[in-house]
Amino acid sequence: MLGFMRGQPLLSTVIHREKMAAAPVMMPYFGQQISSKSDLVPDWTRQEVSTGTTIMAVEYDGGVVIGADSRTTTGAYIANRVTDKLTRIHNKIYCCRSGSAADTQAIAEIVAYQLGFHSIELDEPPLVETAANLFRASCYRYREELTAGILVAGWDKRKGGQVYSVPIGGMLVRQPVSVGGSGSTYIYGFMDANYKPGMNKEQCMELTAAALSLAMERDGSSGGVVRLASISEEGVERRVILGNQLPKFSTH
Amino acid sequence: MEKHCTESRVKGVSTGTTILAAVFDGGVVIGSDSRASMGEEYVSSKTINKVIQVHDRIFCCIAGSLADAQAITKAAKFHLSFHSVQMESPPRVMAAASVLKDLCYKNREELQAGFITAGWDKKNGPQVYVVALGGMLINQLVTIAGSGSTYIYGYIDAKYKPNMTKEECLQFATNALALAMGRDNVSGGVAHLVVVTEKGVEHVVVPGDKLPKFHDE
Repeated sequence: MLGFMRGQPLLSTVIHREKMAAAPVMMPYFGQQISSKSDLVPDWTRQEVSTGTTIMAVEYDGGVVIGADSRTTTGAYIANRVTDKLTRIHNKIYCCRSGSAADTQAIAEIVAYQLGFHSIELDEPPLVETAANLFRASCYRYREELTAGILVAGWDKRKGGQVYSVPIGGMLVRQPVSVGGSGSTYIYGFMDANYKPGMNKEQCMELTAAALSLAMERDGSSGGVVRLASISEEGVERRVILGNQLPKFSTH
Repeated sequence: MEKHCTESRVKGVSTGTTILAAVFDGGVVIGSDSRASMGEEYVSSKTINKVIQVHDRIFCCIAGSLADAQAITKAAKFHLSFHSVQMESPPRVMAAASVLKDLCYKNREELQAGFITAGWDKKNGPQVYVVALGGMLINQLVTIAGSGSTYIYGYIDAKYKPNMTKEECLQFATNALALAMGRDNVSGGVAHLVVVTEKGVEHVVVPGDKLPKFHDE
């Protein structure tokens, strides 16, 4: 889910910035220099790396299921087709990242550090709500500079499985089920129709895998494999569903 | 009110909308919401009908600028009835779609309207055609369009099956419209549905409070 619904989901999450480090400048050849502005250098070299993506998180009684696609793009080029967008923040707290790859990696590292420190001070595992608030604090304070839509999900002793959504802009809201990223717009209807409270872990896994497959079929910025993880009191269990094993739907 | 919609790319009244059409065994179901908006804040009509009859068994739904769409459908109706008189037989659905496509393509610089044309004819039975913004024409079994359609791509991909019964298809279309109206703020109101078969045409209107509700409502 993205913070500003007005037009936001329909915009590409790529920001066009001239990055001199990213664009290769050809060595002078017979006195000529091919700059990054010429047609010979593809324009994806000048575009920021984005996790145009589909991410999803669902609560069930006893834990959470999180899922993401695996495509990272710079413009039309797929920079990484096996990305892991499910990032560990703490033993039983993960986040799903969407938006700018650089921004979300940086924020996740910072929050993981802050949370680790806090957990040592407390001498007990941190709360998911604490992790979500740390994300929100960074995303809100630097909202003008950042493009990051994050789902924070995990398990703690106090409230069990929880999903918190921190969309672009830095809002924080807890939801039983949440989707995010550019591909999420295509599966709102599917999610509304198929999510029911009281599902168990396997049903949540199936729902997430199906929803992500549908989004990956329609969104050009999402694709690759489906990465799933379930987090509960017992621990974290990760799964990968490869392209040919994804659920298929009636094609028309 | 026009002053408020400088952000919107469509000037004047727009059908920020959800429209769909689906083929079932023996006919087609065509549906739309009923909201017309100006900019994103003002609903200029709660009960507009976006499913327009262009011939006895051929309907089209409009998305985009309402003014453009009304002008085009008026012209298309005229062309079609003339064509039908010349051919001395009811027009094919493909003919209706082509007429719309020609109008959209020839004037693609000025216009901002997309159409779904659906109906029944004797040669090919039930068909659905979509004419997109620039004037592209394609034949599909099920198609959705309008601003609210982005939210239900996943739902229709998962739920649509070829050769459904009329009741299944009506339920599918009603659910899809309800889901889209639940997420898109410029779609809403009542759901207009039309069922076209060899035997005739049936209109179904589902008022807002009778629409299916989903888990968080």
